[in-house]
Amino acid sequence: MAQTKTGKKKKGTAGADAFEQFGVSPESALELLRDMLLYRRFEEKAEEGYAIGKIGGFCHLHIGQEGVAAGSIKPLRDDDYVISAYREHTLALAKGVKPGPVMAELYGRATGTSGGKGGSMHIFDRDVRFMGGHGIVGGQVPLATGIAWKIKYREEPNVVVCFMGDAAVNQGGFHEALNMAAVWELPAIYVVENNQYGMGTAFRRVSLTEIVEKASPYGIPASRVNGQDVLATYAHFRDLAEEVRNGGGPRFVDAETYRFRGHSMSDPVSGTYRPKEEVDLRTHQDDPIAILRDHLMDGGHLDQAGLEAMDKDARDLAQEAADFADESPLPGPEALYRNVWAEINPNGRLNFDGRGESPWR
Amino acid sequence: MAVMTYRDALNEALREEMERDPDVFLMGEEVAEYNGAYKVSKGLLDQFGPRRVVDSPISELGFTGLCVGASMAGLRPIVEFMTFNFAFLAIDQVINSASKMMYMSEGQFPMPIVFRGPTGAALQLSAQHSSACETYYLHSPGVKVVVPATPADAKGLLKASIRDNDPVAFMEGELLYNFKGEVPEDEDYVIPLGVADLKREGSHVSIITHGKMVHVAMQAASKLEKDGIQADVLDLRTLRPLDVDAILESVRKTNRAVYLEEGWSYLGVGAQIVATIQEEAFDHLDAPVLRVTQADIPMPYAKNLEIMAKPSADRVVEACNKVLYR
Repeated sequence: MAQTKTGKKKKGTAGADAFEQFGVSPESALELLRDMLLYRRFEEKAEEGYAIGKIGGFCHLHIGQEGVAAGSIKPLRDDDYVISAYREHTLALAKGVKPGPVMAELYGRATGTSGGKGGSMHIFDRDVRFMGGHGIVGGQVPLATGIAWKIKYREEPNVVVCFMGDAAVNQGGFHEALNMAAVWELPAIYVVENNQYGMGTAFRRVSLTEIVEKASPYGIPASRVNGQDVLATYAHFRDLAEEVRNGGGPRFVDAETYRFRGHSMSDPVSGTYRPKEEVDLRTHQDDPIAILRDHLMDGGHLDQAGLEAMDKDARDLAQEAADFADESPLPGPEALYRNVWAEINPNGRLNFDGRGESPWR
Repeated sequence: MAVMTYRDALNEALREEMERDPDVFLMGEEVAEYNGAYKVSKGLLDQFGPRRVVDSPISELGFTGLCVGASMAGLRPIVEFMTFNFAFLAIDQVINSASKMMYMSEGQFPMPIVFRGPTGAALQLSAQHSSACETYYLHSPGVKVVVPATPADAKGLLKASIRDNDPVAFMEGELLYNFKGEVPEDEDYVIPLGVADLKREGSHVSIITHGKMVHVAMQAASKLEKDGIQADVLDLRTLRPLDVDAILESVRKTNRAVYLEEGWSYLGVGAQIVATIQEEAFDHLDAPVLRVTQADIPMPYAKNLEIMAKPSADRVVEACNKVLYR
């Protein structure tokens, strides 16, 4: 949704009844719209930062998938856990990580969530239980299972939501982790953000079975939700989180979505792997922000002025985040060797690079 | 002092640390109902129950990652690998997750976790069950590597490893589990990481080694003694942190050194030790530092070939004679 102009109504659930159908009040829906606008404007600001060389490395944008972020994380408790792969900026925002430190991390600044040492793919915020930011496809799935293990081990009233892309379901660790989660009835919700492409490889080319079938060998209840419909997604996760919190064991969700940008900032939006026409059509029809906006306007809960005000707030917050990042210092040289180890043993040598500045020679 | 096996010493360390800290749990293949493939965890299920002594499916990557995640969330897992040879399936979670989490989160996630199991060759287990795996873990900053050779060291170092706040690869040996020795009965018998142990004192040559090769080094030292050569046998006990001072002290005394290890030579542990010695004690050397390692081949099955492939006391004697120009 490049513009806030009202466009053609498409997809999603029908009109004003959606609020009732999904048990989401128009007020809550307005909050979801506000959240998604922030995610969109934040990512556009990151895109801009990348274009002008403020952000380096790999930078994977979530534009188009905001409905999954808001819809699946907003129903959670503050003390629930979220963990993700590397397309995670907006998932972090949804969990409560502040936009400034996230942007500063992308900029590689000392004020970033990891002091500039993680970058785009490694956003962590222990305080709000956002557990990363992991760069190996599927690597976070066993980790999530371990977080769920800890919740059960300590008998805590929480759940962990584990996000992954569709390509992760072909990794061995995914299958091993789901099997264990099922056998031990762990409080985990595994969510595939199914945007249909693992980088440039269409999922149908690398799997004969559908995403939603992938958990069935392990006896995990699976479901499918339209991730572009944030109300449907929100309602679905609200229900799932309660089931899991009440000891129902793990759940698996195929959240159908679409990536409006390339795999990363260094990849093309369309090309040999997906035609431009497809991207244009999906961007036009399946924008989660436009879908919710239309629901709200149709129901008389939002007018053009209200939408524009809300969007201005989102743009301002994104700009503030970028300004915060830009004005923040680079990490100092003292950061280089910091936090390799949690415990510096008093005996013996931990570091072998022969460089004088190492504190552990 | 009590005389016990290396296996029982490990068992005691596990038991004491699990009694001490309710966040410590043990997971791995056959650790619970079967009492451990090598019986290291014998009786722990009875004492601590299935919540804390957990039989995993044969899913090395999965249960290792699970334990890394549990560590991230605040528990103190102990992962048992039936052998480190099987941990190749899991090493992504050890290196990419456990060893880097602390750094890439700028200190938000200390990762207290122990990965333990036998490394190296036993008897005629052939290529896929005989690799010495120390180097794979040593190469990555963020993992500590501990290689006890005796029951006392096994107990004291395992306790220290469980209490350490970083990932520790704790490498045992199938051929060591039945090895008996004296172990202090003190409940707080903890050997700090990073302190080598001079297992035998000499003055003519330093045999520096770790893990089960300590016993081969001791045999070699006995043989040399008959020939009038007194060897230092320095057991490093932990490879990261590494007791460089102890290495340098021994080399400065004897001016000649041989590194003995079970693994391959190319970028093996000895390569680092040799580099360190030549960088920091070059003027004290009277001969090049030599290494005795496994033959640079996958481990063969046939008994005679296996014997030829493994490092031996005779090879160590030969190397010592060479650096002594005898």
